[in-house]
Amino acid sequence: MSLVKGTLKELQDSFTRGDVSAVEIVRAYFLRISVVEPKVKAYVTLNDKEALLSQADALDQALSAWRKTEPMMAMPIAVKDNICTESLPTTCGSRILGGFVPPYSATVVDALRSQQCFLIGKTNCDEFGMGSSTEYSAFGASRNPWKLSHVPGGSSGGSAAAVAADECVAALGTDTGGSIRQPAACCGVVGLKPTYGRVSRYGLIAFASSLDQIGPITKDVMDAALLLNVLAGHDPRDSTSADESVPDFTRVFKKKDVKKLKIGVPLEFFAEGLDEEVYDAVGEALAVLEDLGGTLEEVSLPHTGVAVATYYIVATAEASSNLARYDGVKYGFRAKESPDLLEMYRSTRQEGFGPEVKRRIMLGTYALSSGYYDAYYAKAQAVRTLIREDFNRVFQDVDLLVTPVMPTPAFRLGEKIEDPLQMYLSDLYTISASLAGIPAISLPCGFSRKGLPIGMQILGRPFEEDVVLRAARAYELATDWRKKRPLIR
Amino acid sequence: MNQVEHVANLARLQLSREELERLSTQLSRILAYMEELNAVDTAGIPGTTSVVAGDANVLREDEVQPSLSQDQALRNAPDAVDGLFQVPQIISDR
Repeated sequence: MSLVKGTLKELQDSFTRGDVSAVEIVRAYFLRISVVEPKVKAYVTLNDKEALLSQADALDQALSAWRKTEPMMAMPIAVKDNICTESLPTTCGSRILGGFVPPYSATVVDALRSQQCFLIGKTNCDEFGMGSSTEYSAFGASRNPWKLSHVPGGSSGGSAAAVAADECVAALGTDTGGSIRQPAACCGVVGLKPTYGRVSRYGLIAFASSLDQIGPITKDVMDAALLLNVLAGHDPRDSTSADESVPDFTRVFKKKDVKKLKIGVPLEFFAEGLDEEVYDAVGEALAVLEDLGGTLEEVSLPHTGVAVATYYIVATAEASSNLARYDGVKYGFRAKESPDLLEMYRSTRQEGFGPEVKRRIMLGTYALSSGYYDAYYAKAQAVRTLIREDFNRVFQDVDLLVTPVMPTPAFRLGEKIEDPLQMYLSDLYTISASLAGIPAISLPCGFSRKGLPIGMQILGRPFEEDVVLRAARAYELATDWRKKRPLIR
Repeated sequence: MNQVEHVANLARLQLSREELERLSTQLSRILAYMEELNAVDTAGIPGTTSVVAGDANVLREDEVQPSLSQDQALRNAPDAVDGLFQVPQIISDR
């Protein structure tokens, strides 16, 4: 069982040395999954074990003559179920994509597969990434490995839970308003939302195209850098993918301190509504960063208070447009026996979408509808500019910002499901970075008295993932949070 | 309520009576929360449509490139016939 406890880096090292075979890796992870998955429910679809075993066996044979490995070779990786995987069903946690098997893979999946990683399975998520708890998945909620009565966060809750429960060594998540960072915080693991454009979105099923970004969910910051190395880079198949040079993100860890870094503490993120335990944990983390040589400075991001409203207009408007494609014609679910085409569209969408997706389509359609466009959508886009300018201004002075990830630790299943606005407000601290398109990482910085993980967020300038990772790694090495593991019962 | 039905029609959602009522209440609450944006002065502020630097279109030569075969494209269709997507009748034959 100890094999599955290790980090991606540790597993890579053992595999490279030949201490562990590919077959042993597949066996160990499927054994682990058979034990904990009935409780955690992280996956929507598991890959075929026998197929992976024969792939592993072939790999071991091929390496027996000359052991030449690649970073992700034989690594058991889980992929969120809104990222297309050729020949593996991809549902977005929605009934409307029931039975959909993509005819192609996302660019990030191709990148992993080209290094012969093992795609363990597809992880659960809120339908189309719309939610903060996985409770809006059409296939039922995933559980928080630290406390099964609590949510794992969302929308990439399945990915975060799978990593925390050792059901994969690392996972891909996607983040539109916090969907990588918030579940990572809930499950006590590391989640990185890269700069918008850093990672190709080709093959990521669109929710809100100007915000969506794929990123790693891992056991520690080193692993996030290792995975980002494979994910990052320009892709001609995504017109919003940035043609920026990609450094080796693990090289930034040569420095194990944050000397010469100025760290901004935005006052608006520590105001009312923040849970006392979270406040204290992030406060202590700031003290650690100061001990490591960082200079702390209070800063202000004055438009933080309107970020949630801005986001839920921009994101739902884009979603209402993106989800218009689900019409029951070319793929996915179609309602039975409709007398005509219009009726078929209407009943297919009615039966295929869950309540939160319908709510957001309605909100977005309204915000874009004739007579309301300027009052809502155009207004929100203008406020988005002001939010970006807030960040541009503070980043002239400081190198990084440190904030909480979530106002509270993970909440109970069912606690917010009947109150959509409360659910939206749990994204308060993650949404700004999404609107501004900047990189942000979530990493563990403590536990509540109830034993639930607490996360801190580090935000950086566009395309400065290296600086974000360096600070996160320095903090991680100065503390022991990453060594705590859940006992699943 | 009429407005909720109108929006549902625009979005091609055949919502039940019960859903229309519930959404009407929920959307009113959410939209009331959105009202706080009105307190922000955005006079003369251009809207952000994309955070990508330059925000320029990306063009390429219009050359035929490998794409999905007809079989691959149709494989996920709920209903297909003779290499085509099949849908319920659109134009009446009477």
